[in-house]
Amino acid sequence: MFNELIGTLLLTARDVIPIAVILFGFQLGVLKRPVTQWRKVLLGFVYVIIGLTFFLVGLQLALFPIGESMANQLTTSEFLHPDGSKAPFIWQDYFWVYVFAAAIGFSTTIAEPSLIAVAIKANQVSAGTIGIQGLRISVALGVAIGITLGCFRIVVGDPIHYYIMAGYVIVVIQTFYAPKMIVPLAYDSGGVTTSTVTVPLVAALGLGLATNVEGRNPLIDGFGLITFASLFPMITVMGYAQIVDYLSKRKAIKE
Amino acid sequence: MSAIVKLLHAMLSSFKDLIPIILVVSFFEIFVLHQAPAELGSILIGLVFIVLGLTFFVFGLEMGLFPIGESLAEALARKGSVFWLVIFSFSLGFGTTLAEPALTAVANEAAQVAANTGAIEANKLAMNSYAMGLRITVAISVGLAILLGVIRILKGWPIHYIIIGGYVVVMILTSFAPANIIGIAYDSGGVTTSTITVPLVTALGVGLASVIKGRNPMLDGFGLIAFASLSPMIFVLIYGMVFLN
Repeated sequence: MFNELIGTLLLTARDVIPIAVILFGFQLGVLKRPVTQWRKVLLGFVYVIIGLTFFLVGLQLALFPIGESMANQLTTSEFLHPDGSKAPFIWQDYFWVYVFAAAIGFSTTIAEPSLIAVAIKANQVSAGTIGIQGLRISVALGVAIGITLGCFRIVVGDPIHYYIMAGYVIVVIQTFYAPKMIVPLAYDSGGVTTSTVTVPLVAALGLGLATNVEGRNPLIDGFGLITFASLFPMITVMGYAQIVDYLSKRKAIKE
Repeated sequence: MSAIVKLLHAMLSSFKDLIPIILVVSFFEIFVLHQAPAELGSILIGLVFIVLGLTFFVFGLEMGLFPIGESLAEALARKGSVFWLVIFSFSLGFGTTLAEPALTAVANEAAQVAANTGAIEANKLAMNSYAMGLRITVAISVGLAILLGVIRILKGWPIHYIIIGGYVVVMILTSFAPANIIGIAYDSGGVTTSTITVPLVTALGVGLASVIKGRNPMLDGFGLIAFASLSPMIFVLIYGMVFLN
C-alpha cells in the first residue's frame, strides 16, 4: 500500500503541475504582479497534491470495490431466483438493483452541500416561488430517476443514445414552456450536483452491472450512468417550476 | 488551536459526503442481501483515506488555487487584452481538467475495462497511455469550450443555438463512432465539470460578464459550464473514431 501511495503521489504531482505553472506564469509573466502570501499559496498546492493522493488511493480501496460488490451481490442467481428456478432472467428480476440505484442517487444528492447553496440562491432570485426543499427534492428525484433508468438500460442492453436523445428532446420542449428564470438553473443543476464522491461509485455500479448481467459488454454497456444522472435533473427541475407556475396561476384565476 | 478546529471541521464535512453512501450500502447489505461486502477491512481503510484526502484537498484549494485563480481570472477580465484572455481561458480549462480527480478515476477505470475486453493491450503501458490520452482529449476540449464561451460572452452570441447545435453534432458523431467509446464519451461530459473546474471557470465568467455592459453575470457564468460539459462528448467521440476503429 505504501508503494501505491508513493506512486500515486508522483502521478498526482504531475497532474497538478500544469495548473500551478499556468496560474503562476500568468500572475508573474502577464500581470507582472507578485503573488501575495506566496508561502501560503505554495503550501495550499502541497495540500492539494497530498489530498488528491489519499483520495485517489481511497477510491481504489473503498468506493470502486463497494460499487462493484453491490452490483455483484445484487445480480447473483441465488439472489435473483432464491427458489432455485432455472428460468432465464427478465428485467423485472433486477428489482433490487433499481431500488439501490434510486436510493444512492436520491440520498447522495439531497445531502450535497453545493446543491443547498444553489437552492437558497434560486429561492431569493424567484422571490420565494421556488421553494428550497422543493428544488432540492426535484434535483434529487431527477438523479434517482436518471441512475435507475440507466441501470434498467444496462440490464436490457439498449443503445444509450436513444435514451439520451429522447431526454434532450424533452429538455428542448420544456425549455420553451418553463418559466424563463428557471432555465439556466435547471441546465446547471445537471452537471454540478454529481459530486466527486458519487461519480466513482456510480461508475463502478454501472461497470459491475454490465460485467455481471449476462450478454452485456462492460465497455459498451457499463458507462453512461453519469450522463443519465446529469440529464434527468434538468427535466425534473423544469417540471417542478412548471407545476408551481401552473398551480399559482390556477389559484389566481379562482380568486 | 483554531487551525486544528478548522481541520476537524473540514474533516467532518468531508465525512458528511460519505454518510448517505455508507447508510444506503449498509441498509442493503444487512436487510436485503444479508451479507458483508467483500474485503471489508480494506474498504474501511479506503474510507478513512477518502475523508483524509478530501479534507486536505479542499483545504489546499481554498488556501492556494482558488484565491490566486479567482483574482487572476478577474484581473485578466478587467485588463482588456483579448489575446491574453483567450490564451488564459484555454489554459485554465486545460489545466484544471487535468487535475480533476473524478476524471482521473474514471479514465483509469475505462482503461482497465478496455484492457479486460481486449480493446487495447492488457499491460500497464498501454493502459496508462489510453487513460492519459482520454484525459488529455477531455482537457483540450474543455480548454476549447472555455475559449469559445469567453468569445461568446465578448460577442454576445445567444447560448441556446450553440448548445442545440452541439447536441446535433454529438448525435451525428454517435452514429459513426465505435460502440465501445459512446458510453465513455457521454460520461466524460458530466465528469469534467467538478470540484476544481467549476469555481475557477465560474469566476472567469462572472468577472468577464460584470466588466462588459449589459451582461448578466449569472447567465454568462453558467454558459461556460454548459459548454465545458458538452464539448468533451464531441472530442472523446472523435478520439474513439481515430484510435479504436
